[in-house]
Formats: sequence, structure tokens, C-alpha cells
Amino acid sequence: MTIDTRNVNGITILELHGKVTIGEGSREIRETIRKLLDAGNKNILLNLGDVSYVDSSGIGELVSSYTTVTNQGGQFKLLHLTKKIRELLAITKLLTVFDSYDDEETAIGSFS
Amino acid sequence: MGEEINEGNQVSQLRGADLEITFGSQFGYLDFVEEISDAITRMVGFDEDTRFWITLSIRESVVNAIQHGNQLDESKKVGIRFQSLPDRLVIYIQDEGEGFDESKIRDPLKPENLLQTGGRGVFFVRSFMDEVDWKLLPEGGMEMRIEKRLNHTKQGEKNDD
Repeated sequence: MTIDTRNVNGITILELHGKVTIGEGSREIRETIRKLLDAGNKNILLNLGDVSYVDSSGIGELVSSYTTVTNQGGQFKLLHLTKKIRELLAITKLLTVFDSYDDEETAIGSFS
Repeated sequence: MGEEINEGNQVSQLRGADLEITFGSQFGYLDFVEEISDAITRMVGFDEDTRFWITLSIRESVVNAIQHGNQLDESKKVGIRFQSLPDRLVIYIQDEGEGFDESKIRDPLKPENLLQTGGRGVFFVRSFMDEVDWKLLPEGGMEMRIEKRLNHTKQGEKNDD
């Protein structure tokens, strides 16, 4: 998995590419978010549109990111859920926890 | 995997047949497991969505076997056996561990557990497969058995809220 980072109006957008599964990608997300928080970037939008595979470990990593960012007073949101990720979040009742968007502009505008 | 092989022949050859693989406890094998699972489920005749969910269930089961069963000991083996029957696909996942008590796994849907980072693997397997059970083997180790019926190709029926 690779992560591209860009900044729009003070919001950090993390674009994930590839698999978010155990042993592949989970750790990178955690480290990237830790560095962002250390640098004072607390508004994070995670773009999942190019994620090819997520397992329970990857879902756990999304939860961990959400908790870490929220605990530090930041906002953590999701962009472009794939059909499979949406289904996994639905059956785990996490769709209600995460703020997710299908459109980048709307997502950016939602950060307060 | 020759292109010239007629898919119908593959299906008739596969019904009733077994395929077995054994490997050391390393997550690096998961992608290989995924490719085998995708190929077998395609040959057996599952639609694309169902193939994805079966493969995810196998991945989760193998992760549990490596992590909890074999305690990440790379010298311990994980075995997977695919058994294709006329009406269903049965997959056995074996490890060298001592089994586990499912009643001790916390319910990931309880409000107090929603924000836990782990504990969703078995839940996914139960959500996407038709039958799931475990047994301790007399020769040692644990075997998980999961199966998917062939007529049950529409995922999500059991999971509608």
C-alpha cells in the first residue's frame, strides 16, 4: 500500500492505494497519522477510493485512526468508500461512527 | 490455467475434488491464499461478490490460525483444504494451536466494543459463510470448517439491518 498526501484548505487528504490488510498497510496509516498529529495537522480526510482490499485488521486500523485523531481534538473523515468497504462498515455498525462522503468538495466543506 | 481450457470442463473436474495446501505461519502467504481461493471459487461457479466474501473469510480464518492458533510461530504450519461438493464449497483451515472458546470473543456490535481495533475476524467469517464450526483434532491442533452453498450466491441477505 502507498499513501499520497495533499493539503486542501488546511485539511490533510490521505490518498490510500492498494491493500489495507494485516501486515500490509495497516502500520503505514498509523505512522502517517501520528506524524500529522505531531505536526499539528488535526483535520484528516482519508480517501479510500483506490483501496483494493480491506480485512478486519484494516477496519480496525480505520477505527484506531478515528479514535486517535478525535482524542486529540481533531476530525477524521472518510472519502469515496468502495462498495465492499461500505458493506464491511455497515455490518460492523461503523457507518454510523464514521463521517463519510462521496464527493471531495462536500467532504472538505464539512470540516469545521 | 491455460486459456484454452473450457470452463465447463474445469467445473466438472473440480466437483468432488480436493485441493490442499500447507505453509508456514507467515502473513506473506495471504496473497497466495487469496489467489488460490479466487481461482477455486471462480471454477466452482460463485459470482464475483460471493467470491470476494468467501476469500475474505478464508483470509480472516488463516490470520486467526497464524496469530492465535500458531502464536506467530513461523515453524508451525497452517493447512487449507478445499472440498468442492455438488451443492457447496467446504474449506477446512487447520493450525497447530489449542483451539479457542468462541464465547470469550467479545461481540463487536455491542456499543462498548464498536471502537475496539480488533475482534472482527470471526464475525466477518460468520457473516459471509453459511456454516462455520471448529473442532480440536485428536492428533493435536485445531480445524475450522467453513462452507458456502452454491445456490446462496447473493451476499447480504443475512446481514440486512
